[in-house]
Amino acid sequence: MNTRAKAPSETTVVVGMSGGVDSSVTAYLLKQQGYNVIGIFMKNWDDTDENGFCTATEDYEDVIAVANQIGIPYYAVNFEKEYWDKVFTYFLDEYKLGRTPNPDVMCNKEIKFKAFLDHAMRLGADFVATGHYARAVYEDGEHKMLRGVDTNKDQTYFLNQLSQDQIAKAMFPIGHMEKSEVRKIAEEANLATAKKKDSTGICFIGERNFKQFLSQYLPAQPGEMRTLDGKSMGRHDGLMYYTMGQRHGLGIGGDGEPWFVVGKNLADNILFVEQGFHNELLYSEGLYASDISWTASMPAGTEFRCTAKFRYRQTDTAVTVRVLENGRLDVAFDERQRAITPGQAVVFYDGDICLGGATIDEAYKAGERLAYLA
Amino acid sequence: MIYFDHAATTPMRPEVLEKMTPYMLEQFGNPSSVHAFGRSGRAAIDAARRTIATELNANPTEVIFTSGGTEADNYAIIGSAMQYQVKGRHVITTRFEHHAVLHAFEELEKRGFEVTYLDVPASGVVSESALRAAVRTDTILVSIMFGNNEVGTIQPIAACGRFLQEQQILFHTDAVQVFAKREIDVETMGIDLLSASSHKINGPKGVGLLYVRSGLKLEAQSFGGEQERKRRAGTENVAGIVGFAEAVRLTAEEREQQTNHYRQLRTMLLARLEASTIDFEINGAEGLAQVINLYFPHVEIEPFLIMLDMRGIAVSSGSACTAGSIEPSHVLSAMYGENPRTKQSVRISFGLGNDLAQVELLAQGLIDIVKSFQNN
Repeated sequence: MNTRAKAPSETTVVVGMSGGVDSSVTAYLLKQQGYNVIGIFMKNWDDTDENGFCTATEDYEDVIAVANQIGIPYYAVNFEKEYWDKVFTYFLDEYKLGRTPNPDVMCNKEIKFKAFLDHAMRLGADFVATGHYARAVYEDGEHKMLRGVDTNKDQTYFLNQLSQDQIAKAMFPIGHMEKSEVRKIAEEANLATAKKKDSTGICFIGERNFKQFLSQYLPAQPGEMRTLDGKSMGRHDGLMYYTMGQRHGLGIGGDGEPWFVVGKNLADNILFVEQGFHNELLYSEGLYASDISWTASMPAGTEFRCTAKFRYRQTDTAVTVRVLENGRLDVAFDERQRAITPGQAVVFYDGDICLGGATIDEAYKAGERLAYLA
Repeated sequence: MIYFDHAATTPMRPEVLEKMTPYMLEQFGNPSSVHAFGRSGRAAIDAARRTIATELNANPTEVIFTSGGTEADNYAIIGSAMQYQVKGRHVITTRFEHHAVLHAFEELEKRGFEVTYLDVPASGVVSESALRAAVRTDTILVSIMFGNNEVGTIQPIAACGRFLQEQQILFHTDAVQVFAKREIDVETMGIDLLSASSHKINGPKGVGLLYVRSGLKLEAQSFGGEQERKRRAGTENVAGIVGFAEAVRLTAEEREQQTNHYRQLRTMLLARLEASTIDFEINGAEGLAQVINLYFPHVEIEPFLIMLDMRGIAVSSGSACTAGSIEPSHVLSAMYGENPRTKQSVRISFGLGNDLAQVELLAQGLIDIVKSFQNN
């Protein structure tokens, strides 16, 4: 059903406001268009430091300022427990498995478009809106998610796990705009967040040292660094601190090309390293993935051609996807790919339409699994 | 939109504003100045002080005007403890005081005082015997609130006051929720220090008072001019003080009639809720007619308050939350310990303008919304 047909004045939209410029402009535009807009700040993480400083408190202050400028009611809602249970626990579990998780993908799936969406629906909202660079449309009897028009900012990679039902209730009012336009609107409307700098990194870590942060939650187990033929290359600080294709932080000096992470042996706590950015061992021809989510149904046995991204801000690669009987996907690349990373998302596209995505389990080459996670 | 949050703050009465206006536009003089403008300000403050002193059965010289209840609480507690610490460094308060009191005692702890926090039973009424048991030879100060701001329960102030007078221990009471709404006699009740606030009784914000028994000295907390007999530096808020006195006069005058009216509203609200199928309990014993605190099992307080607000009904939960952190109410935690009701209760507080028709809408709103939580 096309729920997008109702008149704005009869439509209640709950906007997830983070205190950033994108969600500020999202709320502003909806209000301008005549929607009945309510701003809600999600508190997902408590980072209050020894001086009593808490990023969330500062961000909520910005939400209050902007909501009052726009003239909409605002509230703060606590999702710390849901975030801990669904996102942070997953985040730590993946690191324990030696993988590189993507908490933003999980946050969209479990918090913004589940806990928050449910909350908004309970309040009587027709839609939730966020400041994501993506587009939600109703076409050919289907709810579809399209890439944001600003190709540099497109965030469908992080939204790949959204279902048909979730997209049906989502609005992305800035998805058809360039970031520069969004900033310009914020400046013209004199919104309090117009000049606020974009947040970087994983939300709960912020600008803090990642290694130090992780070590508070997971014991680091230093171990041996080796080449694949068994030559010892020194020590590593703990497998969880390294990701596939990583160059920095290995501490291997000497002549020749730089060294890169090419694999991990979790059982024996060994980090495999080899020389050269284009080292053969970093390249693969396909991958297996699980935790599949399609915006439209895709039965087992289906095989189709599309394009895919294996990390955020990467240009698409043509692939052949096979939906396997065991619930996994086999994704064969037209051109071989460097540093496919277990735990990260593989996201599929048909032109601008985001078809869905899955979590990468392992990469293969010439029919053999790579040593990424042995 | 209907307002049921009068324990948080109240609208100002037009009569109050009318009294205040001339002191902002024409008689704006600084009361310390040696000219006609100054004298007229000074006269206004003196008249206000007399009105308020009469309400407390105090002497006008015993009333110090402050910026509000918080400043009065801080000054009474820190000022008296610091002044009399040579006699002992033990002080007593209760676990369910307003934060203006509790945080002042935490400050005393940092300064080396020992604080005993009296437990509060589920009735929300502290017992005089608990106080007797806590008192020691080195106790110098006790602070017990008159009426609780979240549950409205009234404390046995007169009994505690008389006992403490015999013991020669200073007695402070935070009377912010009660002042002018109920009769208070500092003499017969044995009160040495009392805090009150103007904006809780339809007066302007930014004004309050501290009653200090004659002969008591408080260590100064502000430094500057010699206003308020050198006890509170800073140019007086003349218009605010005039408004405060007028609010006190009107509230006291209508006391009996208003109390009956709020009792009626309360009875009607409870009758409507009892006639419905929703599950609820009242927190604490009956006290102030204006305040009623209700526990709704299984209700998530955040969406609950938002839904009421979306219906145009203003009530509040126990504690204000910052940036979405729901802290359980410290008042309900003191009364009930760890209990879901510390996070699933709301305070409804009546005041000027509330009538039966509004309470009908409130009851219907509460019933509809509570049902949406309790039925699934």
